[in-house]
Amino acid sequence: MTNPNIKVNIAEVELKNPVMTASGTFGSGREYGEYVDLNKLGAVVVKGVAKEPWDGNPTPRIAETYGGMLNSVGLQNPGVDEFIEKDIPFLRQFDTKIIVNIAGKSIEDYCEVAKKLIKADIDLIELNISCPNVKAGGVNFGTDPAMVEEVTKAVKKVAKQPLIVKLTPNVTDIVAIAKAAVRGGADALSLINTLLGMAIDIHKRKPILANTVGGLSGPAIKPVALRMVYQVANAVDVPIIGMGGIANGEDAVEFILAGASAVAVGTANFNNPTATIDVIDEVKEYMDKYNVENLDDIRGKLL
Amino acid sequence: MKQTHKVKIVDNVEISPGIYKIDLLFKEIVESAKAGQFVNMYTNSSGSLLPRPISISQINKEKNVLTIVYAVVGKGTKALSEMKIGDEVKVLGPLGNGFNIPKEAENHIVIGGGIGAPPLVELVKQLKGNIEVYLGFRSNPILIEEFKEYGAKVYVATEDGSVGIKGNVRDILKEKNLKADMIYSCGPKPMLKAIAKYATENGIKAQVSMEERMACGIGACVGCTCKTKKKEEVQNKKVCKDGPVFYSEEVVWND
Repeated sequence: MTNPNIKVNIAEVELKNPVMTASGTFGSGREYGEYVDLNKLGAVVVKGVAKEPWDGNPTPRIAETYGGMLNSVGLQNPGVDEFIEKDIPFLRQFDTKIIVNIAGKSIEDYCEVAKKLIKADIDLIELNISCPNVKAGGVNFGTDPAMVEEVTKAVKKVAKQPLIVKLTPNVTDIVAIAKAAVRGGADALSLINTLLGMAIDIHKRKPILANTVGGLSGPAIKPVALRMVYQVANAVDVPIIGMGGIANGEDAVEFILAGASAVAVGTANFNNPTATIDVIDEVKEYMDKYNVENLDDIRGKLL
Repeated sequence: MKQTHKVKIVDNVEISPGIYKIDLLFKEIVESAKAGQFVNMYTNSSGSLLPRPISISQINKEKNVLTIVYAVVGKGTKALSEMKIGDEVKVLGPLGNGFNIPKEAENHIVIGGGIGAPPLVELVKQLKGNIEVYLGFRSNPILIEEFKEYGAKVYVATEDGSVGIKGNVRDILKEKNLKADMIYSCGPKPMLKAIAKYATENGIKAQVSMEERMACGIGACVGCTCKTKKKEEVQNKKVCKDGPVFYSEEVVWND
């Protein structure tokens, strides 16, 4: 096999390959680090961190659905201080980029986390304004273009690292939201977060999730994610990190052809702990098969 | 690096209505697996992507066989029940922490409810001393002979009264004045909660194996939490990684 160039550049940060982990599915890499060599990943996107520890939602938090799953974890996290102390030194042992997903319930919350990360040894920040499981904040910020612009602008002002804004698909017009984030100063966009969904236990006549509703992820949402990446890629000039149901190299290539600069693998990890590595290898195989030397040669290049 | 394994099915038989025993040729893990741990089984039934976390029932180091006893509760376990001898299934494990067997403990009480009984077989196999096993089922008890074979005194309750005492494990506990160094238990949460209360009231330590809906099974997704307390501080532990076995005193039972 030849050795195609799969390096990508996101806001002046060079990733060795376009494959990263989707926030919330991979912790801070410790657990899956026993199954995959973290050195091989383009980046590890850590689970969302807030300014203080969050308990998350009651259980059950997980429901399997056809071709996917629902979660209502609710951004349980130990808080940014503990994260900085314990997880960054762990991740820095590996030759991969660190992207920190930040969560909040107010603009001030987000800014405070970004400020605490100023001195932290990380590469990029991913602003999570799209979690469907947090009532105050989270998705409420992500569904209104004016709010998206405002929170992006505020965080961009205080953040030291380049800022990725992660968008929710639970909106009428994804392009309007994406443009608002870019107006606010987003250096890149991640899309999509989970789609709001629900599952019912007909024997108990109760919702399966304790939180009643949760975020749908997995292969079931891939066509929606791909459509949104395609629409946004044709409307903005910042790099896009595509995600939503990516489980193999072919899925990843679809997103790249739709215009994504990089891709994130999430729910697929639960089905296959080495999914990230498999995606990298399979993207290379595709490039080899079609004599593609450089990912740029196919990015957004639908015929 | 740890990895998933494709392992061969050497037996897969219905031992009671809707309850199956599957034997896996799995030499990679028989040495390290402990009683109370579980494995992730990837059933690949149509449209299904999450693994099924199922407790290990018995570990046979001589034959390199891992025995799992499971109930058919959904399409994943249904697909598993339809697999044939000679088929291969993808498995990850052993996962989680198993039961802790204190060296000095001589008198053991083992309590299982329904499909919580299987993981206790391997435990009983490894216990030394006096072992009393209390099992509760709706009807159709399972694994009674296995527990007896490993030297335990077995007491059974069924809700329909078909075998043993009519009622559940809690009814047996009420009548007995149990003396033990350790209680080990696995079963439905109301049963575990009652055992925790019983253990506290009688000054006996108890280990409870908890169950929760999981996605990853290795501690990454934070789906399967259990509220625990350390002194006054309440924290969410992960059933898959920190458990599934906890000491009853650390679990917050009020929800």
